[in-house]
Amino acid sequence: MQYIPNILFLLLLVGGVGYFTMNIRKLIRNINLGLDVDRKDQKNIRFKNMAKIALGQTKMVRRPIAGFLHIIVYVGFLIINIEVLEIIIDGLFGTHRIFAPLGKAYNVLIGSFEILALLVLVAIIAFWIRRNVIKIKRFFSAEMTGWPKSDGNNILYFEIVLMLLFLTMNAADYKLQLLEAAHYVKAGAFPVSSWMIAPFIDGLSESALIVIERSAWWLHIAGILVFLNYLYFSKHLHILLAFPNTYFAKLTPNGQFTNSEAVTKEVKLMMDPDADPYATPDPVAETEEVAKFGASDVMDLNWIQLMNAYTCTECGRCTSECPANLTGKKLSPRKIMMDTRDRLEEVGKNIDANNGEFKDDGKQLLGDYITTEELWACTTCNACVETCPVSIDPLSIINEMRRYLVMEESAAPTELNNMMSNIENNGAPWPYNQMDRLNWVNE
Amino acid sequence: MSEELKVPIMADCFAADKQPEILFWVGSAGSFDDRAKKISRAFVKILNKANVDFAVLGTEESCTGDIAKRAGNEFLFQMQAVTNIEVLNAYGVKRIVTCDPHSFNCLKNEYPGLGGSYEVLHHTQFIDELIKSGRLKIEADTYKGKRITFHDPCYLGRSNNEYDAPRNVLASTKANIIEMKRNKQTALCCGAGGAQMFKEPEKGAMDINVLRTEDALETKPHIIATGCPYCNTMLTDGIKNKEKEAEVSVLDIAELIANS
Repeated sequence: MQYIPNILFLLLLVGGVGYFTMNIRKLIRNINLGLDVDRKDQKNIRFKNMAKIALGQTKMVRRPIAGFLHIIVYVGFLIINIEVLEIIIDGLFGTHRIFAPLGKAYNVLIGSFEILALLVLVAIIAFWIRRNVIKIKRFFSAEMTGWPKSDGNNILYFEIVLMLLFLTMNAADYKLQLLEAAHYVKAGAFPVSSWMIAPFIDGLSESALIVIERSAWWLHIAGILVFLNYLYFSKHLHILLAFPNTYFAKLTPNGQFTNSEAVTKEVKLMMDPDADPYATPDPVAETEEVAKFGASDVMDLNWIQLMNAYTCTECGRCTSECPANLTGKKLSPRKIMMDTRDRLEEVGKNIDANNGEFKDDGKQLLGDYITTEELWACTTCNACVETCPVSIDPLSIINEMRRYLVMEESAAPTELNNMMSNIENNGAPWPYNQMDRLNWVNE
Repeated sequence: MSEELKVPIMADCFAADKQPEILFWVGSAGSFDDRAKKISRAFVKILNKANVDFAVLGTEESCTGDIAKRAGNEFLFQMQAVTNIEVLNAYGVKRIVTCDPHSFNCLKNEYPGLGGSYEVLHHTQFIDELIKSGRLKIEADTYKGKRITFHDPCYLGRSNNEYDAPRNVLASTKANIIEMKRNKQTALCCGAGGAQMFKEPEKGAMDINVLRTEDALETKPHIIATGCPYCNTMLTDGIKNKEKEAEVSVLDIAELIANS
């Protein structure tokens, strides 16, 4: 009977980690629905970028207030998680504060966790105020209603509750240590909980304190496991994906768009004077699937673009710097990423429901999620790419979808069709003769 | 044009067995757009003054295909690129300079993958180089003390991380350079990129060029300097929209230097 808490803990842990693992595998499968693109080169630069941008938060601090608050929460969570290790060992083996024999070092550790927890609380309250009282504009775009809106607040509430549980657990422990209760070894320093929480539980009996300490302890670890499983359904996934996303981000200049290989093949064939237009088609080539130009659905995007979509934390810095969005156009780079994720999730669920095969659902990313009006509003200025704190590239998706519109559907705006036929006919976007290209010299 | 411009043509150089130091890629705007033609002439004036051995392709030049690529027509882009690369490679071109950041980006970054690798410079980079090496001296005080604000072209700045060259060149005019609130990495686009130049803007509350002109006007400038023919057109229109033509002029850096 005495092992019941240990067994309960083990079940909780296995359940929590197991469900999370299952969802992460689903996530990886979904990302792999994207086309292949090789990003295994230049490992040194990639590591450096990841260290700078994800670990070092260099792009976050371009906006100093949000950046500073974010670093507090980030560092806080990272370091307080060391405590989770102790909680897991204690939970599994029925020990209490297993690291206590570290002595002074343990006091420093617990003491700094407490200070960090307080700082995190303050930062999160500031975040909550920015979202709900000051109502910062970028949190209130058209795409930020419903789930995305509540998701942003849910995360803050989660974190507040977790921090308070951590401090409550410590405060009760501290009181129990003062009462010299059995099993409660004198260990740790409580520079925050001793004044912030302890006064509320002053004068309670030892058994009441034990109930509070145990409840807070259990709720805290259960909360962490629930939060872990919340990630997959939330923008909060960025805490994990920011790392691979910055590692695999494009290293070439922002302005360099990919040259479509499928097109290169066609162009080479057209330019080849030896090519025989009446040749019998190569039977091997015939069986190959005809390449689709551009993207109309998530499967036409590459896996980096799909990972980008899961990484997006909907902060809206991209949208707040997008010239189209700033002047009231429908385009919002953040929405491009959110739409891509939503559609990818839909495709993933479709595959789950149909024994691993995608069944055509009559929907696609283009039209059902992203409209042509949004796509044609983009100036390709790279403001969204440059500002993203986790190296997401919405522009590459916009360009792939334009390629589909133009090359597969011939659905460019009329003026652009005129421009393109000018280039085709006289080598300039305007209807001027190529033979007049030097007239400027003598005008 | 009062002054006679010397504009050697690549085919003639080739026939005379001469390989010029650099090829000036004029671009479609620089060849055909009335406003941009002035920029081409100003840049040639600088090249002539600094005795730069250069040439243009002339009628052998064709659109880089950049605009087609941004509009999604990868096919047309690659057709243009392959044709241009054939010409450039036949002349053994090594170094290219252009006044158009879009051509600059396209030639520099997107041509290599299709067989055309060259050292490509934006004209502000080349002018910066000429000044630094002492080949070009800025003597006149035409712009001393004038308030000039520089609008970063997206395809020079954010796209290729070049923020210094145009500012170095401007500094040499002894003008008073005032940055807009949104500058360098956070500079606002003029509204022409991504083939927008050739279409009506999508529905919205205002035009991007007007918003960017407001950014520029906040600095109370005498001159808005640019390094892109499209930005030039968009901001000139913005200035007209704000009825400020009398007080503020929009000039390319090449024009500023040609007058110094």
